[in-house]
Amino acid sequence: MKQELIHQPAASACASCPAHNLANLQKLGVDMANWDYVVALAGNPNTGKSTVFNAITGLRQHTGNWPGKTVGRAEGGFVYADRRYKIVDLPGTYSLLATSLDEEIARDFILFGQPDVTVVVVDATRLERNLNLALQVLEITDRVVICLNLMDEARRHGLIVDDRRLARDLGVPVVPTVARSREGLPELLQAIDDVATGRTVCKPYRLRNESPAIKHALKILIPQIEQVFPGLPNARWVALRLLDGDERIIEAVRTGELGDLTRGAEAEAEQDLVLRLEAAS
Amino acid sequence: MSVSASTLRGGPPPSHPPTPEDILATANALRWEIGADFHEQLMEDIYANAARIASRAVTRPTDKPRFDLERSIDRIVTHRIWGFPIMVLLFMLVFWLTIEGANYPSEFLSSVLLGTVYPWLKAVSGQIGVPWWLDGLLIDGMYLATAWVVSVMLPPMAIFFPLFTLLEDLGYLPRLAFNLDNIFKRSGAHGRQALSMMMGFGCNAAGVISTRIIDSPRERLIAIITNNFALCNGRWPTQILIASIFIGALAPAYLAGLVSALAVVGIALLGVLLTFLVSAFLSRTWLRGEVSTFSLELPPYRPPRILQTLYTSLIDRTIFVLWRAVVFAAPAGAVIWLIANVHLGGVTIAEHIIHFLDPVGVLIGLNGVILLAYVVAIPANEIVIPTVLMLTVLVLGVNNVGAGAGVMFELDSAAATKELLVAGGWTLLTAVNLMLFSLIHNPCSTTIFTIYKETGSRKWTAVAALLPLGLGFAVTFFVAQVWRLLAGA
Repeated sequence: MKQELIHQPAASACASCPAHNLANLQKLGVDMANWDYVVALAGNPNTGKSTVFNAITGLRQHTGNWPGKTVGRAEGGFVYADRRYKIVDLPGTYSLLATSLDEEIARDFILFGQPDVTVVVVDATRLERNLNLALQVLEITDRVVICLNLMDEARRHGLIVDDRRLARDLGVPVVPTVARSREGLPELLQAIDDVATGRTVCKPYRLRNESPAIKHALKILIPQIEQVFPGLPNARWVALRLLDGDERIIEAVRTGELGDLTRGAEAEAEQDLVLRLEAAS
Repeated sequence: MSVSASTLRGGPPPSHPPTPEDILATANALRWEIGADFHEQLMEDIYANAARIASRAVTRPTDKPRFDLERSIDRIVTHRIWGFPIMVLLFMLVFWLTIEGANYPSEFLSSVLLGTVYPWLKAVSGQIGVPWWLDGLLIDGMYLATAWVVSVMLPPMAIFFPLFTLLEDLGYLPRLAFNLDNIFKRSGAHGRQALSMMMGFGCNAAGVISTRIIDSPRERLIAIITNNFALCNGRWPTQILIASIFIGALAPAYLAGLVSALAVVGIALLGVLLTFLVSAFLSRTWLRGEVSTFSLELPPYRPPRILQTLYTSLIDRTIFVLWRAVVFAAPAGAVIWLIANVHLGGVTIAEHIIHFLDPVGVLIGLNGVILLAYVVAIPANEIVIPTVLMLTVLVLGVNNVGAGAGVMFELDSAAATKELLVAGGWTLLTAVNLMLFSLIHNPCSTTIFTIYKETGSRKWTAVAALLPLGLGFAVTFFVAQVWRLLAGA
């Protein structure tokens, strides 16, 4: 499955280097002093996000068979292949349209925190509804790994979920897991590491079948956004949010906060490149 | 904004390089063109894509199983009529197991901590010549209060919390929320309040934080203010203890456990009823407004992981609550010993306060000792009963049960506890009203602080603290008057 997704890094090191946005992460309250990469854990309520979190970090955040268990943000860390990962467990949400506080927390973190990898935990037995959130995450960031959790329940219900097909359709790695019994976790960590270090470059599925009126509006708006914020990874998503009248995004455009995302990433990417060159010489 | 790429390449310069405000203006103008159903269109687009991708990836079994166990169970436990009796029976079972099971380990712990360790500590401190006041403060005050809390609270908690966590892990609690949703709606509150109330049955501070899942500020405030009516971890042991020594004792021995369990479930249900009544009151007076809709997902039943549940409930809940109790009990023990041994005009401070509070206490079917205990126990509900016992010994000045003024004593059985309380003037009315007051009074200081942090409002924090307290006085007063009327008649 991974073979299809692994592309050699582009000639420019920027395409592959780990570049998290330190300033914004610190603003969001994440201490990145001792970490190389930051991983966000998103997903619908009650898909086992906290179980995945505990299994990866060895922490024991209370889990419950209970939608809405994690309201705030839990943080932990793990080391994989000598790289130090900080992992942030976001509140479980059905969407990222920021209609409630938990959705806003999750959305803001994925957008402004620019995690190196966003893991979307989806319930294999309720794939259709869970994909609603996954597709919205893919609109914002392309560094995504899908954790296809609760495979044991899917098997019990006689469902056959074709993870390779799903990976091909979504354009990002998909790892089937049973977090409760740690099944598939080594593969999940490998996939996270591959995306974080740029060994896997994702080509995420993007929604495209809009109505003529929306298509027309996007055609005018997207170039303007790209002109003001060059290098923004999700201009189409921003345009849609602006058309929808999303206050938080309007504010981010007005204050130029959106521009910080691209500039911060670029600056840090360059710095990282310099460091690597120095180390090599 | 910097010079655009087209300018650098010598292309035609844009008539006016766009600014962020231009983008917003364009978006505003376009918003009129795309139609009012834009948001719905977006959602439908996402749904349609998700459905298509999911249908390509998932193969469903061709022959549906004839019997779907989960759905059948759900049909029973969320049944319009049977849902409630099943809920009551399940909780009865949990409390019955707790009450019946806690007796023996409780006796064992108190015989070790109070019967063996305490005299040994006293002997050691006597031999090395510790001054009497230090010996009293440390051993008679702090050690005994702590030991009491451990021996009284650890056994019921170690049984109750794992059972409760098992119910949670099984997926029963969301069904409970489902059953209650309709009543919440009729009370003008958000259905998700059922979930924050369930969290409140563990800890009210956690319950208050969990109201963040409620979007509307109005409904969230209702959920915060009424969360205190969900009986919390700190109060379950009080209910269980008082119910088993006073209420259970009314019934023949073989029914005692069942009757006590019934009493505790009754108090918990009263709390749920009060949640509805106060929510309805608030949503019709100060917090008027529309009821939001929401969807509650019933998760699949999951076979509970017994060992994991035991571990997390012991660490997260039992040890956590016990630690909290011990942390608050030790200084409270010191305070109690001090007010019991510092004299003002020949009478101890404690007695001054108790005599002052006694008329009010008696009016509401309690007594001055209990009211003082509730003042001392504001930081933690867990220590109410130990404090009441210490203060009772002090007021009675009995040395035959305990070891002296302000000193906790060896109570190796529930019967001895009851004997002491009866000697302190307790009747069945006192016990019933204590159970009621324990349910309906101000939240502990941690919860009050959490409410202040979550609402950011002194006014609503005061309402959340004083409304239940006032209600508690009203309810106990009413019960006491009716009780005395009937008893006198």
